[in-house]
Amino acid sequence: MLHTIKEVFRSPKFTIGLAIFVVMLLVVFIYPLIITDDPLDIIGLGTFFEPGIYVNLYDGLESKTYVLKLEDAAANRIASKLGEQERLDIQEYLLLAGVPEEEIDIEDTEKLLELWLNNYDPTVRFPGSTSAKRKYYARLDASLDGLLSTEAAIIAVKNEETGELEEKSLVKQDDYVNVSKVANVRVLPLGTDNFGRDMLTELVSATGVSLRIGLIAGLVATSIGLTLGLLSGYIGGWVDDVIMFITNLFIVIPSFVLLVLISYSIGQEQRGASTVAIVIGFTSWVWTARAVRAQVISLRHRDHVNLSKLSGHSVAHIIIFDILPYIASYVVMAFILQISSGILAEAGLSILGLGPKTTDVPTLGLMMNWAMIYSAHIMGKWWAYFPVIVVIALISFSLNLMNTGLDQVFNPTLRD
Amino acid sequence: MKGYLKYFSGKLAWFLVTLVAAFILNFILPRLMPGDPVAIITQRVVQGMTSQAGVQKVYEQYAELFGTNKPIHEQFIIYMRNIVQGNFGLSFSQYPRPVADILKSSIWWTIALQFPAIIVGWLLGNTLGALAAYLKKGFDKVLMPISIFISNLPAFGMAVILLVIFAVRLKWFPTAGGYGFDMIPNFSWDYIKSVLIHYQLPFWSIVLISIGGQAIGMRAMSIYELNADYVKYSRFLGIKDRKIIGYVFRNAMLPQITGLALSIGTMVGGALVAEIIFSYPGLGSTLLTAVMGQDYPLISASTLIITLMVLIANFLIEILYGVIDPRIKAAQVE
Repeated sequence: MLHTIKEVFRSPKFTIGLAIFVVMLLVVFIYPLIITDDPLDIIGLGTFFEPGIYVNLYDGLESKTYVLKLEDAAANRIASKLGEQERLDIQEYLLLAGVPEEEIDIEDTEKLLELWLNNYDPTVRFPGSTSAKRKYYARLDASLDGLLSTEAAIIAVKNEETGELEEKSLVKQDDYVNVSKVANVRVLPLGTDNFGRDMLTELVSATGVSLRIGLIAGLVATSIGLTLGLLSGYIGGWVDDVIMFITNLFIVIPSFVLLVLISYSIGQEQRGASTVAIVIGFTSWVWTARAVRAQVISLRHRDHVNLSKLSGHSVAHIIIFDILPYIASYVVMAFILQISSGILAEAGLSILGLGPKTTDVPTLGLMMNWAMIYSAHIMGKWWAYFPVIVVIALISFSLNLMNTGLDQVFNPTLRD
Repeated sequence: MKGYLKYFSGKLAWFLVTLVAAFILNFILPRLMPGDPVAIITQRVVQGMTSQAGVQKVYEQYAELFGTNKPIHEQFIIYMRNIVQGNFGLSFSQYPRPVADILKSSIWWTIALQFPAIIVGWLLGNTLGALAAYLKKGFDKVLMPISIFISNLPAFGMAVILLVIFAVRLKWFPTAGGYGFDMIPNFSWDYIKSVLIHYQLPFWSIVLISIGGQAIGMRAMSIYELNADYVKYSRFLGIKDRKIIGYVFRNAMLPQITGLALSIGTMVGGALVAEIIFSYPGLGSTLLTAVMGQDYPLISASTLIITLMVLIANFLIEILYGVIDPRIKAAQVE
């Protein structure tokens, strides 16, 4: 036994798979201890905030300012408003407005802005220009306003009695604040989702729930499969016939269809994460049952089993002590695969809108479902779907790697 | 002829048995659930209705439609009679369109997409797996980890990734639909071209997913066969390598065909979800609209059609297997 375990850990595939899996488990357990926010808390007003560090502007104005003389600060400021694309758009507009081409130099910021100020007229409609384009130019015009000024911005407060604005402080162009000195800073490493929830917190929580779903589904499927396989293989006769008939039926009838029918019948309100997991388990035991039966049949007439029978051991005793140890490795491998297929099944169901109810806990499938409903993939909001796919792939990759590693240990012909 | 006849009639009998079981499951699963399904459906349909008499009327109509006011065996007879006549009732979400009509327009998209994709994926996967087993070393070392990783991506994950790269970023292919949204299906060259362009991404995402799993299976089978005694004996006799490889792969192929028959249900399930990502006008998207619209008749009919497709595919593969399995051929000669 000890030797087998040593052998298993000597397999690089198993070890790598286990390492990835354990790291994910650790993150799932430790992350909520450090960041205790509710994963379903809606913090962002709006959809799909980009990943980044969010600094409170009000607190930023209040905090101590430092003056840094940086040479490229002005250039960066202009470039952020007037990039390559904006310059080309301005050129396009100027050409339409009848400015001769040789006069336009899109590299010379000052001249370009002057031409723009002189020629831009929000009321003019060029033939063929869409209203989206017109709105775009209006926005561009507003953002270019005061771009080249070097004056400080004035922060003013309203006098409560007179209603007049009174100058409170000046923000000069070379003023800086230290982010660590600002009272309110929130890091959103993966931005927010379509509801404005913190993606990372939600993702970690969803990974935990999905792993739990996989585990429950795997346990249910393996125990049903193991019991039926043992009964059918060891007892044989009509028991075997009946069990194999049912097993073969459920092998050809797609489990996906059963899942859809059962999940729909249960109804949205009753579908908690555990219910979905149990339903998945109930539809995916067939492979285990079949394989266990085949192994038990080959074991049934071995000498040590016959000897046990002659010694008068009960059927239960024989199954537990003389048969189970021989198929244990197979059952463990099947269990590992069932965890990963359970997680995939939940994801598929959720995309169809038949996953666990949405108000309860996040799951990887539900996150994927929302990202798809809000077309995150079309709008280029990669943080809403890509991390989810990566986590799903990592879970099933690590589990499969562990499985392949075990397979190579127990089936020497497969070794490299 | 006896060997074949026995094999084929056995398979046909099994096909019919599974067919009946599929009908029974499709009929009984929604009815097994606690509560009155008609009451739940009525509740969903009449949301916002205030007249109590109106609600009662709707309830009675659905009870009549599904026959839930009759004993269960009579309900089953009604259900079977309706299916044989191709009458799946009227859709709730696209009322008054008949369910059969909706399915008729989506089923061909799914068949034309999934079966070629699964077959191409199977062929490519087996070729690569066999090559990996035979060439070993370099090819194997690169191909296997990639295959394992790809086969672990869910089908919808692969679909999203292909969509983002080739449709959103590179704009080589459209992001959604089965043909240009400004077109009406007809037999013009433009329409066929549009269909072909829309076909590419869903097709390759299914192919790529099925390659991985098949390659892994074929590699394992081929390695097993390459170490078999008959290979060693043939080598000892001095038979050419090429000829031995031929035998090896033919033997390794047989379990792969059975494997395809057994896994086709899972593959179709995954591919249906991939269809949803591309808003492909097939059964997957139909199922999604049905679920979203709480359209019970449409869900029930789509799941039944999907099961039927899988069962038929399974049956055809088994028949094919019978034709090429040497053991059945051998029984023929005796």
